[in-house]
Amino acid sequence: MPESPVWQPSAAPDAVRSRAELLRYLRDFFARRQVLEVETPVLGRCGVTDPHLDGLAVSDPLSGIDQGWLQTSPEYHMKRLLAAGHGAIYQVSRVFRAGERGRRHNPEFSMLEWYRPGFDDRDLMKEVADLVCGWLNCPRPDVIPYRDAMIRWAEIDPFTAETPQICERVSSWLDARQAAGIGRDGCLDLLMSYCVEPALAKCGPAFIADYPASQAALARVNRAGEYPVAHRFELYVSGMELCNGYWELADVGEQRDRFEQDNALRGVLGKSTMQPDQALLQAMVHGLPDCAGVALGLDRLLMLKLGTGDIRDVLTFPTERA
Amino acid sequence: MASYSTNEFRGGLKVLLDGDPCVILENEFVKPGKGQAFNRVKLRNLMTNRVWERTFKSGESLEAADVMDTDMEYLYTDGEFWHFMKTDGSFEQFPADAKAVGDTIKWLKEQDVYTVTLYNGVPLSVTPPNFVELEVVDTDPGMKGDTAQGGSKPATLSTGAVVNVPLFITIGEVLKVDTRTGEYVSRVKSG
Repeated sequence: MPESPVWQPSAAPDAVRSRAELLRYLRDFFARRQVLEVETPVLGRCGVTDPHLDGLAVSDPLSGIDQGWLQTSPEYHMKRLLAAGHGAIYQVSRVFRAGERGRRHNPEFSMLEWYRPGFDDRDLMKEVADLVCGWLNCPRPDVIPYRDAMIRWAEIDPFTAETPQICERVSSWLDARQAAGIGRDGCLDLLMSYCVEPALAKCGPAFIADYPASQAALARVNRAGEYPVAHRFELYVSGMELCNGYWELADVGEQRDRFEQDNALRGVLGKSTMQPDQALLQAMVHGLPDCAGVALGLDRLLMLKLGTGDIRDVLTFPTERA
Repeated sequence: MASYSTNEFRGGLKVLLDGDPCVILENEFVKPGKGQAFNRVKLRNLMTNRVWERTFKSGESLEAADVMDTDMEYLYTDGEFWHFMKTDGSFEQFPADAKAVGDTIKWLKEQDVYTVTLYNGVPLSVTPPNFVELEVVDTDPGMKGDTAQGGSKPATLSTGAVVNVPLFITIGEVLKVDTRTGEYVSRVKSG
């Protein structure tokens, strides 16, 4: 059924103004802290290997890009700047994620990403809290280990439970075939969305920290304790996921392994494999400074400021009107 | 038959789930940033009218159900089936059983037009228009001068439906009734 296009913006004038205020606030915040604003390409030759992130494929052979990707985050390019010695940097950019559309998702959205040489995940969490609480006037977040959050609200120990036990735990929502298809981490993701997030909606702001090593993404892993945990954190405000941060992996050998593991998992999930970004690996060979980095969704930060549960209220033209 | 992927799910879409035709009521996309994406879907089973909540991994798909809403004129009943005819000039007739007719039976008037939902070409349900006009066949005698005061009484309509009406309504009058609430709306001027 063809629907007639809607020309009007979906964001109210207040929301449009609030976005401009947010950008001023961010630029002022980082200027005071001497973090440099940078720009990196939205269209790159490589995408990410993350099993659950898909960029949008774009090609322009006339410009020498036979197979390019609209970036899911500016991470790889920004790490190359870090390796080149640019120090603390931040960027506000448009990023793209294929197939992500819902009340909290639009396939194109605004991301704030920044990197702090010399910081670890705990240091960066403090800075994230400064930025978010300064904008929302909300209480400072508690830090809740992933394991504690899962035990408390999903009633399962994500580190010690056997995989069949975790699959059984999601049986009220998924049949056995579905649960087996998405595997251990997929089932844990469901419990995070269905059990933990709604519980966090009733709490104050909270960082979830210390993820299972299998969900480390690009965070370094601490193997000193009883279980390996990733130096990864996310911030939830009113049950809405706002950001994802790491004490960044700097070891190029481990980075290569992660690319391979990701691609293996993509294969299992029936997705095409992604070419590892050789330029990033080269930069890491040259040397990525010890740093922590975080990506924060600006549209959601606006949603919280304006008290709306629908991302379309803060976008001038969400994808269906674009 | 075609199938729909989760990203095509939207309210009103008819799909087959566990062998039954269902209509999608809500579709919520859920995804932790770095994690697996899911679609949390509410559907009404058109056979039982029960609402189901199901979760799908994003990208999974469901077969489309051959379900069509069609305008049809009610003709007559033979006691076992209620016969309807398409209004598109084809004169094609469809017998609906008691299960398909359901509660709509109390609003069925010959020659009126209803929405008949066909599943694989067989009537699955019959929906009345929001408003019907029916004659009062039985009610207590009307009371003159009672129009301004409140108060109501039951009236039996030609189809057997019983509705509460104002005290001034008399046998033989035609009433407009809201089928969604079963409430009296107004008298219809007989012309």
